[in-house]
Formats: sequence, C-alpha cells, structure tokens
Amino acid sequence: MTLAEFYSCSLLAFGPPLVMFAMTIANDPVRIIIMIAAAFGWLLSFLLASLIWFAVVPLRTYLVFGMVFAIIFQELFRYGMYLLLRKTEAGLKEISENHDIGSNKLEMAYVSGLGFGAMSGAFALVNVLADSVGPGTLGLNAGTEYFFVTSAAMTLCMILLNTFWSVIFFSGLDDKYYPKIVWVVASHFFVSGLSLLNRNELYAATIIPSYIVLVITAYLAYRSAGGTARSFIQSFTVRA
Amino acid sequence: MSDTGSESEEATERTALMDGHIAEARPDREIAERIARKKKTKSDSQRTYGSVERSDGGGPSGPSRSAPSGSNPQPPVEAQIEELELKYGARHVIKLFVPVTLCMLVVVATISTVSFYSVKDVYLAYTPFHEESPHAVTKVWNALANSMILLCVIALMTVLLIVLYKKRCYKIIHGWLILSSLMLLFLFSYLYIEEALRAYNIPMDYITLAFVMWNFGVMGMIVIHWKGPLRLQQAYLIFIAALMALVFIKYLPEWTTWAVLAVISIWDLVAVLTPKGPLRILVETAQERNEPIFPALIYSSTVMYCLAATTTATAGEGERELRPLNSHGTEARQEGAQAAGDGGFDAAWEARREADARQPRRMRVEGTAPAQYTTRIERPPPQPELEEEKGVKLGLGDFIFYSVLVGKASSYGDWNTTLACFVAILIGLCLTLLLLAILKKALPALPISITFGLIFYFATRGIVKPFADALAAEQVFI
Repeated sequence: MTLAEFYSCSLLAFGPPLVMFAMTIANDPVRIIIMIAAAFGWLLSFLLASLIWFAVVPLRTYLVFGMVFAIIFQELFRYGMYLLLRKTEAGLKEISENHDIGSNKLEMAYVSGLGFGAMSGAFALVNVLADSVGPGTLGLNAGTEYFFVTSAAMTLCMILLNTFWSVIFFSGLDDKYYPKIVWVVASHFFVSGLSLLNRNELYAATIIPSYIVLVITAYLAYRSAGGTARSFIQSFTVRA
Repeated sequence: MSDTGSESEEATERTALMDGHIAEARPDREIAERIARKKKTKSDSQRTYGSVERSDGGGPSGPSRSAPSGSNPQPPVEAQIEELELKYGARHVIKLFVPVTLCMLVVVATISTVSFYSVKDVYLAYTPFHEESPHAVTKVWNALANSMILLCVIALMTVLLIVLYKKRCYKIIHGWLILSSLMLLFLFSYLYIEEALRAYNIPMDYITLAFVMWNFGVMGMIVIHWKGPLRLQQAYLIFIAALMALVFIKYLPEWTTWAVLAVISIWDLVAVLTPKGPLRILVETAQERNEPIFPALIYSSTVMYCLAATTTATAGEGERELRPLNSHGTEARQEGAQAAGDGGFDAAWEARREADARQPRRMRVEGTAPAQYTTRIERPPPQPELEEEKGVKLGLGDFIFYSVLVGKASSYGDWNTTLACFVAILIGLCLTLLLLAILKKALPALPISITFGLIFYFATRGIVKPFADALAAEQVFI
C-alpha cells in the first residue's frame, strides 16, 4: 500500500514534467544544459534564502519570513537567468546543432522555467516521497491521510507554475511590458501565501485557488508565447 | 632503460608509429583539416600510409559525408577549428552527463538499499587513524593525516606509472592494469553481488553464482582490454568506477572521505596544470608518441577498444627492448605484495585504485584518428562519421570521485542533499568542458566539480536542510 502510494504520488507530481522533459527537452543537448543551469540557479537562490532564514535566529520559527525571502531570491534569479540567456543567446545558437533553436524567443524561457520548477518541486517533495515508502503511513492514527496526495498535487502545481512564470517573465522583459512581471511576482506570493494554510490542514482552500491561478497563468503564458485560440485547436488536429 | 641495446629497434618502432599516424601530429588541426577536406583526406591518407588498406566499409561513408561542405576546397582551418569546438561541445557534454549520472545512480541506489556499504567496520590500511575520538580537533587531524597518507601513496604510484610509461614498459603497465581490473571484476563484483543478494533476500546457489561471476568477469576483461561493443565497454567501465566508489565509501573513515575529496581535487589541479605535473607529463608523452592512454583508465565517448588494440600492438613491438625491465616490474609487484601483507586485500586496491584514480583524472578532446582507420577496416559497418571524429574523454578517477561525493551525501538519508550535490557536480562538469573548449588543453575535471559539490553538500546539510524540512513539514511551497 505504501509502495502504491509512493508511485502514485511521484507520478502525480513528476509525471507531467517528466513527459514535458522527454518530449521537448531530452533530444536537444543545449536545452538539457540550460535546464540544469536553471536548476542550479534555483539551488543558489534557495541556498541564499536559507542562509538568511538561518542567520536571523529570532525569526526562525516564522516560516513566512523565510518564504518571503525565498520568493524574492527566486524572482531575482529568474531575472538573472534571463540576463544570462540573452547574453549567451548567440553562443548557444552556435553550439546547438538544431539551428532553429531560439526561433521562438520564449523557448529558452520555457526550458529554464522547467528547470527551475523541477528543482523546486524536487526539493519540496523528494524527502516526503522517501518517507511515503513506508514502513509507516499517515492517517491511520493521527494526521490526515490526504497529506501525501495534496503534497504531490501542490508540487505539480508549483512545477507548472514555475514553467509558465518563466515564460511570462521573459516575455514581459522582452516587450518591456511590466504588468506581466507584476503578475508573476504577485501570483507567486499569493500561491505561496495560500500554502501557509496547509499547516491547518485546509487543503481544499489551498489547492483549488492555486490551480485556478495555474490556469490563468497558463493562459497568459500561452498568449505570451504567441498562441491563439485557433492554434490551440489546431494543435489537437492531426497534422499531415 | 630503453637505451640498453636496442636503439635501432626503438627507432623503427617510432617510425612505424609515425608512418601510421603522421597526419595526427596535431590532433585538433588534423580533425579540422579532415573535416574541411572530408573524404579526400581520408582516402589519401589511406592510400599513402600503406599499412592501412582501403576498405569497402570506408567507401560508402565517405561520399555521403562529403555532401554537406565538401564543395568548398580549402576553408580557413582555424575558423573550422573554432566552429568544431563549439559544435560538438554541447553534445559531448551530454555524452558525459549520461555515464556520470548512471555511475552515480548505481552508487546511490546501492548505498540506499545495501546497508553493507554504509556500515563502518574495516578500514583501508592507508588510513591508520580511525576517527574514533569524540573530540572534533582529533577527528580533523585524523582525517587530514589519513588523506595526506593516501595522497602520498597516490602521488607515488603516479610517478611510478609515469616512469614506467616513459621507459615504455607497456607490458608492466598492462599487467598492472589487467591485474587490478581482474580483482575488481571478480573479487569486488563477487562481494557486491553477495551483499546485494543478501540485502534483497534472494537465495542463490554457489554453482549459479560461480557461473554468473565467471561469465561476467571474463567478458569484462575481454571488453575492457581487448575488444567488444562500445556500449558494453562503457557499461563495464561505469560499473568498475561505481564499485571503486563504493569501496571508497565503505572503507574510508567518515571525515577522511571529505578530506580526501578536497585533497585529491587540489592534487588534480597541481598534477595536470603545473609544468612538471605528472599527469601533464603523461598526457604530453602520450601525445608525443601518438598513443591513446590506456583504455582501462579512461572513459571515452568514442570508439575505444580499437585504441586498446593499437596499444597492445605497440607494446608487442617493443617487447624485446622491454625485457630487461621485467625485473623492475617484479619490484613493483613485490611492493604491492608488501602492501598486501599489511592489510589483506589492500594490494589489490593499491594497484587498482592508484591505477584508476590517478592519472585518468582528466579529460581531453582529442582526435582518435589512427585507431579509426583500424576500426573502419576491422568492422565493415562504419560508425557514423561524426561520432568518430572526436570524443571527450573523462578519466575513470573522475567518475569514481564524483560518485564518492554523491554516494557519501546520500548515505545520510537526505535526498535534497544528494540532489544538490548531483546538480552541482554536473554544473561543475559543464564549466570544465566550457573551459576545455576555450583553453583547448587537458584539464583536471575534479577541482570545479568537487568544489561545487563540497560547498553544496555542507551548505545543504547545515543550512538548507533545516529550512527545507520546516517547509515540507508545514507544507509551505515557495
């Protein structure tokens, strides 16, 4: 039972990102490298955030404090990734064998966003998953049995959100259209703030609004990347 | 030693080498030129250096390849080189990522399922201080002393190997390598299988086990030292590196492992980059002689076994002149035996670890032209040209120490730490390869990666883990 829980939770959280990785990234070396670089960027941002959280001893019990800094650093590193990718764009084009890489400017945004998200998702969930294998489980005696499932669902939400945020963020910077960036930062704060309710086991109150934000963000990202309603329908029809 | 009597033989041997690989004197340039002139060069060289016959297999591959840019007769070579470096960079990075990841995966999976490898009971004879004191200062001192001893042994063995190589004692070196891989493939694989079976609670009779071990070991020896499919050879090399890493994790005291990682990466830096560094001498000698470095020590993303064949051929040629040196060889072996006396199975390792760990720790991009000629002839279906042009090589030692770091990180049971180390090492490898593309000379692969790995290990364990745990416990997502 615990093993089934482990597999279902890991597939719930990492299945979609894995498919995205396999279908869009895995066959292009440059994209893999960018993704790992983005993951490293996220790691650095998290390291800095924990450093601040760790250093300010009196506030250590308040996770809100750490959370705020973590979000600020993540967005700063997202901006850093943007600068890095735009600086190295020409070089990247040269080293990749796929010469129409970068034909869509937001391709790199998507890749780095997925790297960001994957790392943050992994950090949020791997230890929980490792515990879910057993021998014990939650919900028999105390605690709620929905813990693992909601955790996995929220992780998936965060991974996808990070991907879309990067796309919106990059496009906002490219077009100098700052409301997009404001949306990214604001929704990031909103979703993370909502997850503070999790400690009271108000899972529905967290997950439903988070997924609503996810849908809106996905829509914005799709529009930013130049998608339209028609191209959306077209993508489902069989291509000759 | 080589000047004992067979001066003329040596000369002929050298000229023979030169005949075969004359076009390869400057690998980079040669590759670029070959790309530039495509098929033409190839057929020319094949015709000119008569020892290689024109093969049917080479025929079809040539024209198809000449299509893309065969029309431009003589493009500026320098520009070509630049472009090549960049073009093959990205793909070769991945070609190294995959094996490094696989090796780490084997180690991490073993560490987290087979408890044998994380229990400390026996230690290496090279690490006489066992860090049993409760005082931090004593532990630090123990760890440093242990790692210094180990470093001295490694440095000594490196120098010994360089001397042997300089004196062209290929027989001895090969004997050494074969002996050590024999030990790894049989003894340590046996230990590994036994513990794995025990951990998974699978019963198996000795007859089956002996059968499996025999086949596994013999195939490994053949594939590594003679020939076999490239994939299989790579798999064996990865497995050997993983085994070696497990051995390190098991038999080195706690803090010594970290000290060794730090010390080794500094040693790597010194050995490869200083003008008189032993590894640098080795690489330069190998380049001078137009020979590949021993296949048992280096993971290559391109065809490798043919290189082995080339080397053995050379060794055979030089056999007579090497004979007087055999006494030297027995000395070395005696040395090993003495060390064995100290601590049971240590001799085996000495050879192996030294061999593995030491000089291979370095990567380089090089044209493997001479061997390819051989391959093309031996194997009718030629490999896709691009693959053969140039490979990135990474010493098995790098695999071992990367895996030691990640495996050690995973032995504390925190997956965040493991993940952080993994990503840090890959980024370090990326940066090293970037530097390689810029500097174009053999570089130590350990320093950047291991530094990143160590920083992230200690930072994650000390600072990030409490924060991540608190976030996970309260289900706060950032």
